[in-house]
Amino acid sequence: MRTRTWAPYALIAPTLLLMAVFLVYPIASVGWFSLRQHTVTQPWKNGFIGFENFRRMLFEDQLFWQSLAFSAKWVVVEVGLQLVLGLVLALIVNETFVGRALARSLVFSPWAVSGVLTTGIWILLYNPSTGIFQQLAQWGIGDPGTSVLGDPATVFPATVVTELWRGVPFFAILLLADLQTIPNDLYEAASVDGAGRWRRFISVTLPHLRDAIVLSTLLRAVWEFNNVDLIYTLTGGGPANQTTTLPLYVARKAVDSHDFGYGSALTMAGFVILLFFSILYLRLSKFGSRA
Amino acid sequence: MTQTLTRPETPVSPPPPAPPRRKKHRDPSRFFRLHLPLAFYLLFTLIPFYWMLVFALRPAGETALVPWPITFEHFDTVWNGIGFGLFFQNSLIIGVGTLVVVTVFALMGGYALARFKFRGQRVFLLALLCTQFIPGAMMLIPLFVIFKSAGLLNSLTGLIIADTAFQLPLALILMSGFVRNVPVELEEAAMVDGCSRLRAFFAVTLPQLRPALVAVGSFAFIGAWNNFLFALMFASKQDKFTLPVGLSYALGEFNTDFGALAAGGVVAAVPVVLVFAVVQRFLVQGLSAGAVKG
Repeated sequence: MRTRTWAPYALIAPTLLLMAVFLVYPIASVGWFSLRQHTVTQPWKNGFIGFENFRRMLFEDQLFWQSLAFSAKWVVVEVGLQLVLGLVLALIVNETFVGRALARSLVFSPWAVSGVLTTGIWILLYNPSTGIFQQLAQWGIGDPGTSVLGDPATVFPATVVTELWRGVPFFAILLLADLQTIPNDLYEAASVDGAGRWRRFISVTLPHLRDAIVLSTLLRAVWEFNNVDLIYTLTGGGPANQTTTLPLYVARKAVDSHDFGYGSALTMAGFVILLFFSILYLRLSKFGSRA
Repeated sequence: MTQTLTRPETPVSPPPPAPPRRKKHRDPSRFFRLHLPLAFYLLFTLIPFYWMLVFALRPAGETALVPWPITFEHFDTVWNGIGFGLFFQNSLIIGVGTLVVVTVFALMGGYALARFKFRGQRVFLLALLCTQFIPGAMMLIPLFVIFKSAGLLNSLTGLIIADTAFQLPLALILMSGFVRNVPVELEEAAMVDGCSRLRAFFAVTLPQLRPALVAVGSFAFIGAWNNFLFALMFASKQDKFTLPVGLSYALGEFNTDFGALAAGGVVAAVPVVLVFAVVQRFLVQGLSAGAVKG
């Protein structure tokens, strides 16, 4: 139906308008703000300062590098674990068994829970006086009064597990959807050729899932990089900025100190890193090259 | 007698091949590779939910793992005392508003992408994909400036607009996949019969898109219901708080009142978890049918 009518343009017009105002314009304005001193609480100091924000960020701001390093660690650990566990979960609920529909609804359900609510739930679970570790201690497992979120040694794993609870279903859903598109005769042919379960997984399942894995890990990596809700409410970036990610640092600059100029420079840094990473990842993984 | 002999023999259909008796239920490896890991994962998923429920229903100060008798005092505290009743209402307005706007715009745009070829189509699709890399959290600063100058701070409409803008691109891509799966021939046949394109759409295509509308709409609802940063940043007056913002304050202020926190959590969780339980089937089917591949 190749047409030369105005119809398709009219149909996408609302989307274009919203994107222009709330996505394109903000990016442009972040670029502009990043070259300015702009603090809401000190408007008399506002003005154009060139690359001063970037100089400060790169050479004087310890927390920038620290938060960037933590962001990288966070993304790699989260996406890696979510992918592996999500794939295992998808394979499990792709089998036929009694109560499968219910099992799927249950194991996927944390995906619908917000970051703040996840924090609320896990604070109840982690709390030192009436939490799960206290309960376990009563049964003789571990020490009573363990505060996993307050202890610098355990705050990272505790935060990772919390985010896994909500993040694994994302991969499981996407990969399950893709698993269901694998033609059954591929498996049968492999079986006839004498391939065992593991062999079939390696030579039929994984190659088929390849594009879905590349796409979901990339989307998830960007999403986890930008994830603020959970860390903001669970640890607030602490203890001692140990769990501060770059976006959390930006959000704190914006919300707490209203330093829009410097916050914008940090945002630009995040953009450039994400863009570079995404292009590199798609290139290296040869996305979409599957025959 | 001859009659019966000459009667054309009705072909006796061969008995259906016996379903291959799979011995899967006696396969002992199934326990280790299916039931055991599933049981572990179910525990990991459900214990946190259960913990919240116990705190919400247990009288303050008790530690029983199975609370009895249960109490609704915490729900009374958060709903009437802290104002979760109002937050719930705000979240509901934003969720339903976003659902409606996102679904309608996604349907329009998705139809345009699936059924027309037009100049700039590829650029438009690329732009939609690129938006997935734009972090909402990092857009807070310029969005705040826009919202302030447009007078949209502390307004539920403003939050609906912001949520819509960030959810529409993905919803539109998904929807175009769903529309593409409806055979265009049905629509064309209706148009040959004299329907206008619009009538053909409403009479033929739209009814087939019901699962798609449910899936896309529910995800818009869940996304808006759960959004925290926009609500925190753009609605700082307490009468415009949403549930996540209310919860975040409960996390700080009522650090010792776990009962209230848990009850607030239950209030925030129940609608989305229920909606999701219903629609996850559509989602897996929809993604499976090729919606992700655009």
